[in-house]
Amino acid sequence: MKKQIPLIITFIAGMVMVLQFFIPHRPFSDLQQLFNSWFLIITVFAMILGLGNLLKVHTKRLQRKPKGWWYSIVLLAGFAIMFIAGMVWGIERGTFFDFLFWNVHLPMSSMMFALLAFFVASASYRAFRARTPEATLLLISAILVMIGRVPLGNYIWDKLPLVSDWIMSYPNMAGQRAIMIGIALGIVSTSLRIILGIERTYLSGK
Amino acid sequence: MSLILLLIIAGINVDVFDTSNDDVSCNIVALASNAVVGSLEHLKSSEFPAPPTNVLPKDKPNDAGGSIILTWMKSVDDVEENELVKEYQVFRSSSLDREFELIGTASKGFEKYVDGTTIDGTQYYYMVKASDGVSYSQPARSEAVSSSAQWFHTGRINMLVATVIISFLILWFIRQAKSGKELYIRPIAGLEAVDDAVGRATEMGKPIMYIPGIMDMDNMQTIASVIILGRVARKAAQYETTLLVPCCRSIVMSAAQETVKEAYFDAGRPDAFNADKINYLTDDQFGYAAGVNGMMLREKPGAIFYMGAFYAESLILAETGHSTGAIQIAGTAMPSQLPFFVTACDYTLIGEELFAASAYLSKEPLLLGSLKGQDMGKAILIAILVGGVILVSFGFSKIIAWLTTG
Repeated sequence: MKKQIPLIITFIAGMVMVLQFFIPHRPFSDLQQLFNSWFLIITVFAMILGLGNLLKVHTKRLQRKPKGWWYSIVLLAGFAIMFIAGMVWGIERGTFFDFLFWNVHLPMSSMMFALLAFFVASASYRAFRARTPEATLLLISAILVMIGRVPLGNYIWDKLPLVSDWIMSYPNMAGQRAIMIGIALGIVSTSLRIILGIERTYLSGK
Repeated sequence: MSLILLLIIAGINVDVFDTSNDDVSCNIVALASNAVVGSLEHLKSSEFPAPPTNVLPKDKPNDAGGSIILTWMKSVDDVEENELVKEYQVFRSSSLDREFELIGTASKGFEKYVDGTTIDGTQYYYMVKASDGVSYSQPARSEAVSSSAQWFHTGRINMLVATVIISFLILWFIRQAKSGKELYIRPIAGLEAVDDAVGRATEMGKPIMYIPGIMDMDNMQTIASVIILGRVARKAAQYETTLLVPCCRSIVMSAAQETVKEAYFDAGRPDAFNADKINYLTDDQFGYAAGVNGMMLREKPGAIFYMGAFYAESLILAETGHSTGAIQIAGTAMPSQLPFFVTACDYTLIGEELFAASAYLSKEPLLLGSLKGQDMGKAILIAILVGGVILVSFGFSKIIAWLTTG
């Protein structure tokens, strides 16, 4: 019974979502919105679980003092400051919470995003080494696309931007579409397995 | 004198003409006459723009009711050169005897208005007027029409057919597998390496890190990822290796905890399950990336799995993982992130392989049967694509409409 009830719920929910795609009539037309609303409500309550877990894990780390335990102090302090700032003074524009968001949180997020530039450089260095014919092909097409998309490319040869566009519009697009078709079929197959209860790993089924 | 007056009315500067020449004089007369006629027409039509014609209301197809589509043909004054028509005003009444009520406007050049405020079954009459903002044309009236809801979306028949065929194929091959028929599934290097990755981490005495993407449980990739997590967790439990699962969403954390717990129970190692190892970090994309990077650098995992939906953080994570020397296996259905994973990871499951992973790892005939069905569906789609290209090349364009979803 412990497994049957979740399977029945999954089957009904899955079939309802499939049907609502083909049946525009009410109540089917409203079901997707209804399910989305339920999901949002569950997500909000699940946030409590998430926060509880976060606080529990890092409090334990402070007690056990494993390697890098002081980071937990930073996390808990950051959490407490933002939480208190939001609860006491609100989150509107001009509040202390707003100040922290724009002057601490956002710059740190931007910094993480900016790191991407360095990671792209290091990854490109590895990827573009012409060790195999495929890697050489990748290297050549990457150089053509990159140079073709900056003013320098046009300066070197005015047809380079066209070559770059051709690579992006045809070989690249064809590859992406092939992947997308595979993904769509994979989603159908996985959905069917879950709806029909064939895939039940999440229920401890083999 | 009259000629000069006419020219003045028409706004033409007479100084530029030499009236001593007869031909020119005749031309001026013709020009002036035209100008006056044009000017008078302008004066006339600026008061009353010509009305739109052929106002046709119809129930909006394939909807849940409550909508009527109104189409008309533009007013003859609705041209770019003049400002006689600035908008069309749409009026509605439930009876010809009652007063018509303004329900909306459509900009100049438009020939369509969707009235989404109707009550199903009620008859409505529509009236459309062209307007320049001050004056209005005569109204163009429509026949009575009522809205209704439909029980089937006719624009999605092709999707229904495709769903039925693919579902049939998948179920057929599942049945074949059930009857004991051996099915060949092509080897997927990334999945073959899962055992090796877990084994390597075990030998090195290092933990395994499993990153289920940054999207929530309503994303199919996350669902597939949690299913794969179950398989990986079972192996980790068998090998008695620590499994770390940092999560970006609370619901994913809850689902991952349950899945891993069940896997440990199945593997006969419930004592080894530690819920704190499957922890929530933050919903923030780059906060999550920073948190996971920190964990990687502190814990130095022997194997890292990236399975699910990733965005810009993919390379930040994968490059940091690469710098720790861990064996890395990634799988995502985000085409824009695949190049990053291919570059930074040892193995990458591309698109559909992510969804095939669970079935592949389980080696269960039922699940493998569904993979075979999926492959057959792909073969049919390839055939349709090739056939479609040939047909369109020979001018049979109807196939595009057949394959387009409404």
